[in-house]
Amino acid sequence: MIKLLKNMRRKEVLMVLLCTVLVAVQVYFDLRLPDYMTDLTTLIKTSGATADILSVGVKMLGCTLASAVLAVGCGYLAAKAASGFSFTVREKLFRHVMDIGSEEMQDFSVASLITRTTNDITQIQMIVAMGLQMMIKSPIMAVWAIIKILGKSWELSAVTAAFVVVICVTVITVMSICIPRFRIVQKLTDQINRVARENLTGINVVHAFNAEQYQNDKFNKPSLDMMNVQVKNQKLFALVQPTMMLGMNGLALTIYWLGAALVNNIALTDSAARLTMFSDVLVFSTYATYVVMSFMMLVMIFMLLPQAQVSAERISEVLERKANIREGSVSECKEHGTVEFKNVSFCYPHTSEDELSNISFRVNRGETLAVIGATGSGKTTLVSLIPRFYDATEGEVLVDGVNVRDYTFDTLYNKLGYVTQKAVLFAGSIRDNVYFGESEAPADDEGLAQAVELSQAKEFVDKLPDGTQHHVAQMGRNMSGGQKQRLSIARALAREPEILVFDDSFSALDYRTDAKLREGLSKQLHDTTKIIVAQRISTIRHADKIVVLDRGETVGIGTHEELMRNCDVYREIATSQLSAAELA
Amino acid sequence: MKKKNSNPVGALKRTGAYMSSSMGIIIFALVLAALSAVMTIIGPDKIGKMATIMSDGLFTGIDLAAIAKIGVFLAIIYCLSALFGFIQHYIMAVVTLKMSYRMRGELSEKINRVPQKYFNTTSQGDILSRITNDVSTLQQGLTNSLPTIISAATQFVGCLIMMFVTEWRMALVALCITLLGMVLIVAIMSKSQRYFTARQKSLGELNGYVEEMYSGHEVVRISRAVDKVLDHFDGLNAAVYDANWRSQFLSGVMQPLMNVIGNLSYVAVCVFGSVLAINGTIEFGVIVSFILYVRLFTTPLTQIAQGMTNLQMASASAHRIFDFLESEELGDESDKTEKLDAVRGAVTFDHVRFSYPDSPDKIIIKDFSAEVHPGQKVAIVGPTGAGKTTMVNLLMRFFEVNSGRITLDGVATTDLRREDVHELFGMVLQDTWLFEGTIRENLVYNMEGITDEQLETVCKACGLDKFVHSLPQGFDTVLSESTTISAGQKQLLTIARAMLQNAPMLILDEATSSVDTRTELLIQRAMDELTKGRTSFVIAHRLSTIKNADLILVMRDGDVIESGTHEQLMEQNGFYAELYNSQFAQAS
Repeated sequence: MIKLLKNMRRKEVLMVLLCTVLVAVQVYFDLRLPDYMTDLTTLIKTSGATADILSVGVKMLGCTLASAVLAVGCGYLAAKAASGFSFTVREKLFRHVMDIGSEEMQDFSVASLITRTTNDITQIQMIVAMGLQMMIKSPIMAVWAIIKILGKSWELSAVTAAFVVVICVTVITVMSICIPRFRIVQKLTDQINRVARENLTGINVVHAFNAEQYQNDKFNKPSLDMMNVQVKNQKLFALVQPTMMLGMNGLALTIYWLGAALVNNIALTDSAARLTMFSDVLVFSTYATYVVMSFMMLVMIFMLLPQAQVSAERISEVLERKANIREGSVSECKEHGTVEFKNVSFCYPHTSEDELSNISFRVNRGETLAVIGATGSGKTTLVSLIPRFYDATEGEVLVDGVNVRDYTFDTLYNKLGYVTQKAVLFAGSIRDNVYFGESEAPADDEGLAQAVELSQAKEFVDKLPDGTQHHVAQMGRNMSGGQKQRLSIARALAREPEILVFDDSFSALDYRTDAKLREGLSKQLHDTTKIIVAQRISTIRHADKIVVLDRGETVGIGTHEELMRNCDVYREIATSQLSAAELA
Repeated sequence: MKKKNSNPVGALKRTGAYMSSSMGIIIFALVLAALSAVMTIIGPDKIGKMATIMSDGLFTGIDLAAIAKIGVFLAIIYCLSALFGFIQHYIMAVVTLKMSYRMRGELSEKINRVPQKYFNTTSQGDILSRITNDVSTLQQGLTNSLPTIISAATQFVGCLIMMFVTEWRMALVALCITLLGMVLIVAIMSKSQRYFTARQKSLGELNGYVEEMYSGHEVVRISRAVDKVLDHFDGLNAAVYDANWRSQFLSGVMQPLMNVIGNLSYVAVCVFGSVLAINGTIEFGVIVSFILYVRLFTTPLTQIAQGMTNLQMASASAHRIFDFLESEELGDESDKTEKLDAVRGAVTFDHVRFSYPDSPDKIIIKDFSAEVHPGQKVAIVGPTGAGKTTMVNLLMRFFEVNSGRITLDGVATTDLRREDVHELFGMVLQDTWLFEGTIRENLVYNMEGITDEQLETVCKACGLDKFVHSLPQGFDTVLSESTTISAGQKQLLTIARAMLQNAPMLILDEATSSVDTRTELLIQRAMDELTKGRTSFVIAHRLSTIKNADLILVMRDGDVIESGTHEQLMEQNGFYAELYNSQFAQAS
C-alpha cells in the first residue's frame, strides 16, 4: 500500500498536506462548541441579558459555519486527491501492461489484468478518499480532546480509558474473525460467477446433455457455502453496532454517576472545589464521547486497510513485473524481405520440454513459406517468434539479416504484417480498424480500398449502408467469424509490410474466398514475403517452401512435390484431405 | 409488452411478496428496531435529570440514592436497547441471507429455462451481475437500510412529539430549520445523482476499453498502435477522473452540511429559548431538554437520507432480479406424453421456415424440406450465413420453427418433450465448451456409469490418449484458464464427450475445424464406427470431411439449392462443384 502511495503526484501530496491543516483547524472549531455550551448554561443559570445570549449564539454559529466551510474544502481536496491518485495509478498500470510481453500477459491472465486495472483501483480509491478524511481527523480529534480533559480527574480518565479499550478490543476481535471470512465470501462469489458463466456460455451443451439439474446442483454448492459463511459472520457482526452504542451511552452514564459520587465526596464547605468538579464532569461527558468516537473511527480504518492492501498488492505485482523482452537499438537492415531461423529452439517458461527444437530455414523476398503440422506441433509458436511475442531460447531468428532482438520495436513492426489466429477487432469504424496503429504506408482512401478488396472484405463491406464507416462493435461482436478474419487480414495488408505472416488466418473462410484471397496475394504482392500457417493442404500446396512440423521438430522442408515423395508425415496429411486423383 | 415497472416501491413490493413467508419475523425485527430507538429517546432525558439532581444538590449535598435509581434504570434501558439491536440485526441478516440464497438458486435455474432468444438481447455479463452484485446489493439494502430507516423515523417522530408536548413554539422553530435542511439535502442528492450516473458511465466505458485492448494486446503491439491507444485511454481516464471527484465531493460534503443544520437549530433553540426564559414564559429545564432533543432530532435525517439512497439502489437491484425471474420461460411440456423408444432415425424437414423472434422480417430459413433415412450420414454445406447452424438449432429445438415441422420417425419434434429430443442426439458444437474441472469431469459431464475403460477407449479413438497420459495427473488434471491447451485439443475433448454419450443420432457442427487433418482422419474412422447405423448430421467447411456422406444438402440464403451424393453433385456441376473445385484453384 505504501509502495503504491509513492505513485502520488506532487500536486496530490500538497493537497493532502493542505487537507491535514484544514482538518486541524476544523477540529479546533468543532471542539470550541462544548466550551460555548458551558458559557450558555452559565448565562441562563445566572439569568444573563438577551444580548449576551445572542452574542454567544453568533459565536457558536460562526464556529459551525467555519467548521462547515473547512469541511467542504477538505472534502473537495480529498476527493480531488483520491481521484487524482487513482487516475495516476490507472494510467501507469495501463501503460505498463501495454509494455509487457505476451509471456507476462499469459502469466497474469487477461481477465485478472482487467480486474486489476478496474476493480482493484476503484477499491483503493474508495479507501483513500474515505481514509484521507477519517485517518487525518481521528488522531487530531482524539489527541485534542484528550488534552482538554487531561489532568481534570484521574478517576474519570481511567473510566474513559477503560471504555475505549473495551470497545476497541470488541470491535477488533469481531473484525479479525470476520475479515478472513469476508475473503472466503469473495472467493465463493468468484466461484458462483464462474459456474453461472459456464452455464451461460455452454447453454446449448447444457440443454443438449439435459444437464440442467447437474448445473443447478453444481451452482448450489458454492451458493449454500456462501450463505453459511455469511450467516456465521453476521451473527458476530450483529454485535458490533449495539456494543458501540452501549459503550457510548454507558460511558456517559458512568461519568455522571461516578461524577455525582466524586462531587459528593468533597466536603460541603469547599463549594468552589465542588463547582469545579461539577463543571469538569459536564465537560468530561462531552469530550469523552469525542475520544471514543475517534478511536472507533481509527479502528474502522485499520480494519478496512487489509482489503485495500490486497488490491494494492495485486497492482504492485503487475507494476513490478518487468517485461522480459527488451527493445534493441538497430534500425538499419542488411537485406530486404528475408526471414531466417538458425537452429532455433524454444520452450515456454515454467515448462521443461522444448516446444520447438532446432528449427532452421530461410525465406527470401517475395517467396511464400508454409508451415503445416498436427495440432500442437508448434506452428503458432514458431511464427510468434518473428514479431517477438516470445524470444527464442536458443538459436537466432533473423529478419532482413538482423537478429530480431537487435531491432528497435518500431523498425521490426514496420517490416511485419501479422494476422493472429483469433481475429481481433476493436470498437470503431471499419476504417479505424484497418488503419489501426501506425505504419510507413500512408493512411489514405486508396490504400483502404485496396486492403479491403485484397482481403476479400469488399464483398460484405460494400453491402453495408455506410461502407467503411460502418461501426464495429466492441471486440467485433457484430461481425461473423469470417468477416472478422477478413478485416484483420485487411489491417495487416494496409501496413504494406515487407513480410506478411498469417497464423492459420484462413480457417473461417470458405474454400472459394480462401482461394480468391491467395490468388490476389500472389498476383498483387509478388515482392512481399509470405509466411502462412495452415491446416488445409489446398491453401499451401503451391508455396515455394513448406516446413512440416511434428512435435516441435522439422520433419521435412521442400515443395509439395518433393515432400509428397520423401516426407511421410506430409503425405499422410495430404492424402487425408485429397484423393489420389486430385493430388496427381 | 409488459408494463415497465420502474418505481422503487413496486420493486420492493415484489420483494415483499417474494419473502411473504418470513414477513412475520421481519415485522418483529422492525418492531425491535423501533423499540430500540424509543429507548434512545428516553436516555438523554434521564441523563438530563441526573444533571439537574447534581446541580440542585451542588451546595447542599447530592441525592445519591435518586441518582442510583436513575442510573440503574438507564443501565437496564441501555442493555435492553443493545439486546434488541442485536436480535434485530441478527434476524434481518439471517432472513435476507436465506432469501439471497434462494434467489441465487432460482436465478441460476432460470438461466436454463429461458428461451435462447433471451440471450440475444441480454448480455452474459448482465445476467451474471444480477446473480452476484444485485442479489448482494438487495440483501445489504434490506438488512441495513430498512431497520435504519424504521429506527431513525421512530426517533424523529418520537422527538417531534416530545418537543411539541414540552413547548410548541420552540418545537416549531426547530422543525422549520430542519425542514429547510431537508430541502437542501434533497437538492444535493438529486444533483449528485447525475454525477454518480456519469461516474458509472465513464467507468464502464473505460473498463470496456481496457478489456478490449488487453485482449488484443499482441495486435496493438504489432500494429504500433500503443501511442494511439494510450492517447485514447488518457482521454477516457480523464473523464473518469472528472466524474469521480465531483461525485466523491458531493457525497462527502453531505455529512458536514447535516452538521451545520443540526448546529443551526441548536443555536436557534438556545437563543429563542433563552429569550422565552428571561420573559418567564418557560422554565430553564425546558432549554436543557431541547438542546438534547434537537441533537436527537437532526441526526436521524442523515440516516434516513442515506437509508433511502441505499434502498433506492436495492430496489433497482430487486427490479433487475425480478425482471429476469419473471421473464418468459420455455413452454411447459409436462403434459406431452409422446415418446420414442426404439429410435430408427428417420428425420424429415417439412417446409421449415424460421426467423429470429427479435427480427421477424429477416427470414433465415425460407422453405427447407429434406428427407433423411435411418442411418444416413447427412452433410450440410454452404457459405457462411446460409443458415447451416440454424438448422441444427431447430432440430435440437433450441429455437422453434415459425411454420412447417420437423419429424423424428414420423413424430413431430414439437410433440416430444424437449429433453427427450435432446436425449436422442449427441452433439459437438463449433464453439468448444470446457469448464474448470478435471478432464474426467469434463468428459463424463452429466453421464452416469462411465468406466475408466470407456474413457480410455474413447480417448484412444480421438487421439487424445497420448495427450492425457503426458499430463502429470492424467484424467484428474484440472483444466483451468491458465492450462495451456490448444484449440485442437479442446475440440478433441468435446468430441470425446459426445462419443461417450452414445446417443442414437449425432450432430457435428464444424466439430473438427481446429483439428489437423491427420487427427481428423483418425476421429473420422472412430466416428464412422460410431455412426454406423446412426443418423448423423455434419456441418463442415472442409469438404474432404463430408465427401463420403450419403446425402449432401447444399444451402444458400436459407434454402436447399442442391442435394445428392458427392458424385451426383459434382456431375451437376453447380454451386457445390464450384465450391469443391475452388480448393484446388491455382494460387500462390
